Amino acid sequence: MHIGQYIDLVHRTEIDLVKAFKKVAKAHGDEPDVYQTCQLLASWSQKLVEEFEPIVKRYKEESDKEPDRLTQTLLKDTRKGGLALLRDLHDLYLITTEVKVCCTILKQASDGLRDKDLTAMCEEIERQTTRQLSWLLTRAKQAAPQTLIVAK
Amino acid sequence: MQQTRDSIKDIWGKRSPYKGDWPVRVDEQIEEEPDKWVQSACVLCSNGCGMDIGVKDGKIVGVRGRAVDIVNHGRLGPKGLNGWVANNSADRLKRPLIRKNGKLEESSWDEAMELIVKKSKEVIEKQTSLGIGFYTSGQLFLEEYYTLAVIGKAGLGTPHMDGNTRLCTATAAAALKVSFGSDGQPGSYTDIDTTEAILHVGHNVASQQTVLWMRILDRLEGENPPKLVVIDPRKTFTAEKATVHLAPITGTNIPVMNGLLNLIIDSGRINKEFIENHTVGFEELKQIVAKWPPERVEEVSGVPAAKLREAAEILGSASTLVSTALQGVYQSMQATAAAVQVNNLHLIRGLIGRPGCGIYQMNGQPTAQNNRECGADGDLPGFRNWGNKEHIAELATLWNVDPDIIPHWSPPTHAMQIWRYAEQGLISLLWISGTNPAVSMPELQRIRNILDKEDLFVIVQDPFMTETAERADVVLPAAIWGEKTGCFTNVDRTVHISHKAIEPPGEARSDLDIFIDYAKRMDFRDKDGDPLIKWQTSEEAFEAWKQCSKGRPCDYSGMSYSKLSQGSGIQWPCNEQFPDGTPHLYTTHLFNTSANICETYGYDLDTGAAVTAEEYKAIDPKGKAFLKGTDYQQPYEIPDDLYPLWLTTGRQVYHFHTRTKTGRSKALSDAAPDAFIQISEEDAARYGIKEGEMIVVESRRGKVIEPAKIGGVEPGLVFIPFHYGYWDKSDRPRAANELTLSEWDPVSKQPHFKYAAVRITKADAGIIESTADKIEKAADTIKSKLKSQEA
Repeated sequence: MHIGQYIDLVHRTEIDLVKAFKKVAKAHGDEPDVYQTCQLLASWSQKLVEEFEPIVKRYKEESDKEPDRLTQTLLKDTRKGGLALLRDLHDLYLITTEVKVCCTILKQASDGLRDKDLTAMCEEIERQTTRQLSWLLTRAKQAAPQTLIVAK
Repeated sequence: MQQTRDSIKDIWGKRSPYKGDWPVRVDEQIEEEPDKWVQSACVLCSNGCGMDIGVKDGKIVGVRGRAVDIVNHGRLGPKGLNGWVANNSADRLKRPLIRKNGKLEESSWDEAMELIVKKSKEVIEKQTSLGIGFYTSGQLFLEEYYTLAVIGKAGLGTPHMDGNTRLCTATAAAALKVSFGSDGQPGSYTDIDTTEAILHVGHNVASQQTVLWMRILDRLEGENPPKLVVIDPRKTFTAEKATVHLAPITGTNIPVMNGLLNLIIDSGRINKEFIENHTVGFEELKQIVAKWPPERVEEVSGVPAAKLREAAEILGSASTLVSTALQGVYQSMQATAAAVQVNNLHLIRGLIGRPGCGIYQMNGQPTAQNNRECGADGDLPGFRNWGNKEHIAELATLWNVDPDIIPHWSPPTHAMQIWRYAEQGLISLLWISGTNPAVSMPELQRIRNILDKEDLFVIVQDPFMTETAERADVVLPAAIWGEKTGCFTNVDRTVHISHKAIEPPGEARSDLDIFIDYAKRMDFRDKDGDPLIKWQTSEEAFEAWKQCSKGRPCDYSGMSYSKLSQGSGIQWPCNEQFPDGTPHLYTTHLFNTSANICETYGYDLDTGAAVTAEEYKAIDPKGKAFLKGTDYQQPYEIPDDLYPLWLTTGRQVYHFHTRTKTGRSKALSDAAPDAFIQISEEDAARYGIKEGEMIVVESRRGKVIEPAKIGGVEPGLVFIPFHYGYWDKSDRPRAANELTLSEWDPVSKQPHFKYAAVRITKADAGIIESTADKIEKAADTIKSKLKSQEA
């Protein structure tokens, strides 16, 4: 069984997402809505990380630590300059999408195993990542014209 | 001076106890006997009282209430009876001003308008029209907003148009859209005449809409008076009359509202049939509010569980209910979510769309509703949906332009973001009309810095040299109420016409004439090469607006200037089907939520994320109302060791906004001459503060010095009225917004004026003088430096 690897992957990516939201909040304190919403969304992810822990422990033997390729390259450092906010929101979108994809894949296996707790967990993560993505896209779309056309 | 009553001493006047038909009482104040009376309505709050302007020898000499008007039955409040003298002020702006070598100097209209056109074209060349922003008001007339909306959206094509309506009324619009699919108040003021219960949430109606409060007071004194529930952290005039007064800790509206709904649902006093047939989302709402039993509400909000139960008993048992909400909800944490809970209360009990059952998501300003309808703020004209391509196509056809010129790629830019873009140099021309952001916006030092920016060209259109106008590059003298004809709409959708009674002073021009002149000089044209703005007069503009509104929820197509001039104001929708207007919306319980009608596809209440057209179509409620809820979220700034007290800001009965008009009435000014800090007896004792002593109040953003007024607030909370700036008194920092926060509600984008963490200390004379001195010097230095560089 490889399911432990995916559980581990979802868990670690969600932890990365907490860090990423906090990082972007801190970097864009001059945009109050970005600062506050990123903190809020980080708190959602943090809660999921904690709720996920018993399941992670239960499947621990099957886990192996494949490095998270995506989060290692994205948002290493938050950016500066006219494009910064848009690019950072874009990176957050990709990291959140990674969580969502991992979770969708994991849920397939969970359904196969009839693991009701894991399935419920996956559904909750999917629900929250959908809301997170929705905000990120709304905010990035708002910022895009002014950033790409007007900013120096 | 002759007057029928002294509204300064006795704010609401003599009682006329009633139930059913509210008796007429004509309030009047005149300096001299007028030669003629000219039909108008009051512009000093959102109530929209019908009023006649008395004119003698081309000068306004007084006002009287219109007995025939459905809104006020002849009554007027202290602001209405006294505020008109501002028109006659000696310090009205009479000629355009242009900043030259750092100083504002008189110019001709030609020179001023040509400079504005030249700057506009330069900015467009460098930044496209995305470099231009408009910041309007809740004070212009419908015809002016609509004209500006067409110029901005179809002439320039900029999404950056909003008003200070964002500060006062954005949450009202947002909450109505969230629940019912579009803006538009469901009820009518006549609901008060028969209702069994009234709920005021964060709405000090006694001070804000004094004439509406007279109606309520008269009911309270009559037969079968309604029970009154008031939710407000202060013991206001309104709260003093409450059957039950709940005083929640700042920022806890959601726990209280969730708690009330929970008790009502739990006791089974809901209308199951209504919920089933006319709403979606009940089960989810039930789960959300179930987390708030009274004991938990008490723990978080400080509202005793027993009192919450008393309130729920009233709200759950009344067979008719009128609810109102205002800034205590709109300018506080989770604004839209809390305002929506008021709508939910009516929906789960089926108390909507019939006499006695009204929801008033109150407006702050007299013409705020029109800014929302006409789209000079962050909305599209006629409550159209920026995400709906068919709605955009309708506007494009109406204006005969390519749909792509109308910005609709995301919601129109909200005010706080417009100012942020200006701060970043991403907006280079900011045109401010009829409002005074240098006193009314949060975090004033930041706003002053933005206005003073070298790379921002600021146009201010105003009747007076406000704190904002002083910092402008061009000042255009504007004609005001009484000096031009136009219409505006109050909270219960009553449309009034206000006729021109006198000529404006000097060379002052109406906002409409200024906008049309700009459109001509910019040579905005439609697809066929004809002028984009096809009207010259306000009546022609009104006719154009009728076309735009036709078939939409705010349908004006059955109105005309002559019809509006016949007697009372008329409630929209007014069309072929309802030629005399419409007291209640949603009488058939069919709401504006169908995907092809709705003004918005909705938002996530916690984040403001926009629902897409595809997502909405998948859940299209097809006329059912939304029941939405959310859980409590703590404010981001809360009192701590450094800043241990909550600050809240608000209004006084005798003033409106930044006092540009009310401050110029001696009677109103004498009645409330200065700002103050209100603190509880407990805190006064703790800090050793005596009544009237000067207190330094500091937040992380700024500092003010105010005399102390003791009592009437909960311990831990301080209150400062927001009206006072510097145009008439600049010896100390006193504007409440020196202290407030630059943050806003995720859905309505309305700033959070109702809380900030502050600390207080007693001031000594030395501090006051040196601070005032520093402020003035620093401001002068910055101004002269920046402006001389620019020149």
